[in-house]
Amino acid sequence: MNYLESKQRVSFFSLKFFILAIVFFVASGIAQAADTIKVGVLHSLSGTMAISETSLKDVALMAIEEINANGGLLGKQLEPVVVDPASDWPLFAEKARELIQKQKVAVTFGCWTSVSRKSVLPVFEELNGLLFYPVQYEGEESSYNVFYTGAAPNQQAIPAVEYLMSEDGGGAKRWVLLGTDYVYPRTTNKILNYFLKSKGVAKKDIMETYTPFGHSDYQTIVADIKKFAAGKPTAVVSTINGDSNVPFYKELGNQGLKAEDIPVVAFSVGEEELRGIDTKPLVGHLAAWNYFMSVKTPENKAFIKKWNAYVKKNKLPGGSKRVTNDPMEATYIGIKMWAQAVEQAGTTNIDAVRQAIGGQTVQSPSGFEITMDAKNHHLHKPVVIGEIQEDGQFEVVWKTDGPIRAQAWSPFIPESSKKVADWTYPWVCGNCTKAKF
Amino acid sequence: MVNQFSPIKYFCSISFSRTLKFLIRPIGLIFVVAFFISSISISEANEFESLLNDLGNKSRSKIKIAVQKLGELGNPAALPALNALKSKRLAVTGKGNIVILNESENQAVDVLTGEKLNIESLIFKKPRINNTVRRYLATAIAKLKLNSKESTVRLEAAKELLKRSSSSVLDLVEASLKIEKNNDVREALLLVLAKINIEGKDRNKRIESINTIKKFGSKDFYTVLERVLQKNDKGEFLEEDSEIRDSAAKAIKSIKQRQIFIDQIANLFYGLSLGSVLLLAALGLAITFGLMGVINMAHGEMLMIGAYATFVVQNLFVEYLPSYFDWYLIVAIPVSFLASAIVGIILERSVIRHLYGRPLETLLATWGISLVLIQTVRLTFGAQNVEVANPFYLSGGVEVFNGVVFPYSRIMIIVFVVFVVTAIWALLQKTSLGLQVRSVTQNREMASCMGISTRKVDMWTFGLGSGVGGLGGLALSQIGNVGPELGRMYIVDSFMVVVLGGVGKIAGTVAGALGIGIVNKFLEPISGAVLGKIIVLILIIALIQKRPQGLFALKGRSVDN
Repeated sequence: MNYLESKQRVSFFSLKFFILAIVFFVASGIAQAADTIKVGVLHSLSGTMAISETSLKDVALMAIEEINANGGLLGKQLEPVVVDPASDWPLFAEKARELIQKQKVAVTFGCWTSVSRKSVLPVFEELNGLLFYPVQYEGEESSYNVFYTGAAPNQQAIPAVEYLMSEDGGGAKRWVLLGTDYVYPRTTNKILNYFLKSKGVAKKDIMETYTPFGHSDYQTIVADIKKFAAGKPTAVVSTINGDSNVPFYKELGNQGLKAEDIPVVAFSVGEEELRGIDTKPLVGHLAAWNYFMSVKTPENKAFIKKWNAYVKKNKLPGGSKRVTNDPMEATYIGIKMWAQAVEQAGTTNIDAVRQAIGGQTVQSPSGFEITMDAKNHHLHKPVVIGEIQEDGQFEVVWKTDGPIRAQAWSPFIPESSKKVADWTYPWVCGNCTKAKF
Repeated sequence: MVNQFSPIKYFCSISFSRTLKFLIRPIGLIFVVAFFISSISISEANEFESLLNDLGNKSRSKIKIAVQKLGELGNPAALPALNALKSKRLAVTGKGNIVILNESENQAVDVLTGEKLNIESLIFKKPRINNTVRRYLATAIAKLKLNSKESTVRLEAAKELLKRSSSSVLDLVEASLKIEKNNDVREALLLVLAKINIEGKDRNKRIESINTIKKFGSKDFYTVLERVLQKNDKGEFLEEDSEIRDSAAKAIKSIKQRQIFIDQIANLFYGLSLGSVLLLAALGLAITFGLMGVINMAHGEMLMIGAYATFVVQNLFVEYLPSYFDWYLIVAIPVSFLASAIVGIILERSVIRHLYGRPLETLLATWGISLVLIQTVRLTFGAQNVEVANPFYLSGGVEVFNGVVFPYSRIMIIVFVVFVVTAIWALLQKTSLGLQVRSVTQNREMASCMGISTRKVDMWTFGLGSGVGGLGGLALSQIGNVGPELGRMYIVDSFMVVVLGGVGKIAGTVAGALGIGIVNKFLEPISGAVLGKIIVLILIIALIQKRPQGLFALKGRSVDN
């Protein structure tokens, strides 16, 4: 009995010891977990937008890995939290809430379509989160909680149209504004309509057409463009988004619409989107961005090298065929900028970091020193216009001398020309006509 | 050296020779004339050579000028170099020689000497061109091709000149018209002339031009004609001559009449083409849903598998049979059919056969299966769309009327759908399997009593439906995206077609698909693509309300069960 008891005691003791050990282990694990900084990545990895957004997730992870390899931030490692909102706009808001409230991320990099951004915007403003939005968009917005690293219309759409008006661009007199039916194309075309009007283009020389998301039959539209273009030099401004670009460009090629006759300039077609298309019939059609993979700078060479190495190391699908593009560059710049701001602020506190981000500069792959505007939360960016080549890359035919400041509110739309986005004293407002203080 | 015939220089040399005639002996005369002509040729040849050299210039504006001048010189010897520049096969070697590369870029020919060069020892750079240079190139090439022996080449050149006519081509076109015998080319050249002369000062020529346009012209001439009818701010005509105005108004009217007819034909074709795409997507469903009554939400994924099978076949051809690449599509037909059919049969055996007669469960199960299939493909091939190239016989199109192009890929899809529908009809009506399928769909118990293994028939029918879906995927790969989500785009449309046409009738599906396609395409020019689609949906709902059984109702005793 005694013997038994003693044995029990021993086993009880060892059990206690064991539990203690586990508690210690878990506690140290928690302590270690608290020593990382959580970074949210909110990009669709399934659904229609997966085509475009998957590479943004990949490049975000690459940048985080790079920062970690260099010792992390404030002596802590970054811990990416990747969620998949599945191209479902309301799900974006839910996932954003999860990232901020449950995961307590210090910052989120995410969204592609403007619908998804509009959907998460109230969440970030309510919970005081921090979002970096890496894609060119329609402007007419400035939020205290968002930093826009993609282009505003005056950094993409307006210069592209000006180029097509010039002699070198073909001297277009008639304009087809063609887009997918949602907020980005509608707003961009509204701005372009006002802009063209200010340049003396008559209303009958502008044709505006929209197609539903995922539209795949462009026969009538291409035939209409041909009809409309008869007699005057014409250019097409395409804000078609996502999958629909492939059938549109295929139809252009098959109906023999050549770039030297009717050039098409696209704002949502980059290297990544061209991967699914036979580009031979498209040579000469244009795209306007702030970065192309074919830009020849030492910074870009290093960026591409890093990307290729990352793709190879992680065996990402697509392998050696993977390309870099403008929103990827914007994501990369955004992460770099946020990291610099955290170092400067010495904390990940959102209000402190937000103050520190304004005025940060990063040497971008496009070869310029890029600055974040403290007032309107947009990047100063260079504009490059490229022609599609047979290999699916772009050749630069025009570019600005240096970075241009973004206009969050377009001066061409009468009702927004007086609005000011300025988050510094005394304005502290994204949508005002006079200062608050 | 190139001896170029030029009338002015020829005349000069003759008049010069006349002044010398009395002074120098005949032999000396010949010598002098020969020397004179050759010296001119040398200077011209030098200009020609330096222009060719300029094609490789770094500055695009220099290239532009060189292209323009080469077009004006009219020496067809420049054609290969210009064509090479257009297709980006012109290069400058390290020594500054201009060479033309062959298509696989492993051989080079010197433009000036015609000497073949070893590509490996060469470092070369390609001149950069943009759309402006391409525009100049198109005009220059057209000018040079106008003297070609082939009438089709001349026609193409004349049409190109029509696009960008300027008074600089007037002499060239007039000279060509004098010797041109081919009617089509003459017509195009006359139009070029008319387009230039209508803006001129000569009244008779202007009226004549308007009449030419009235006779042959297309909608491309609206702008030119409307300019004649332009009014100033006070509402007065800028053109004072009322006869010219009247004839221009008449010309516009007659072109418009012709255009209405052309537009209707084009719309009909676009509608047929959209309808046949819908039909290909829906045909398989007409079999699995229509005949068997299985609500197969994974049908879209059968299309997707067929498209990916085409992609795999294409890649195998690139890898192993690159010289027969253009024929990969023929091989892909049975492969895509089998791939989807096999997946379909596996599905039927493993899941669907347990769910016959339970539509709700089938719906949910097949929806789940579709998600699994999409994710499997995404993990295997990546989330990105993959590139399926059009073989040469499916790229481009045929211009039926002026400005109306029927793409070959669309024409082939219409032909293909006729072939598939005929094959299915023959299979169902003329073979014993078809007989068994029809008997099982009409009365399962009775068929079973007659000794037909209904389970086996179910399996083969489902396989057939899935396989036909695979064929649809093959066709869709030629006109649209190939990605994991391909099926999602068509599943709703497919159900719509089958339900509209009448469940259980292949003929109904054909009528439903073509009907939706044609109505859609006739609405689109009026209402726009977004509203057009909505109107079509409303029409379908209204029709289903009126005729719940669809366009073609199934007749039979067991239909009420």
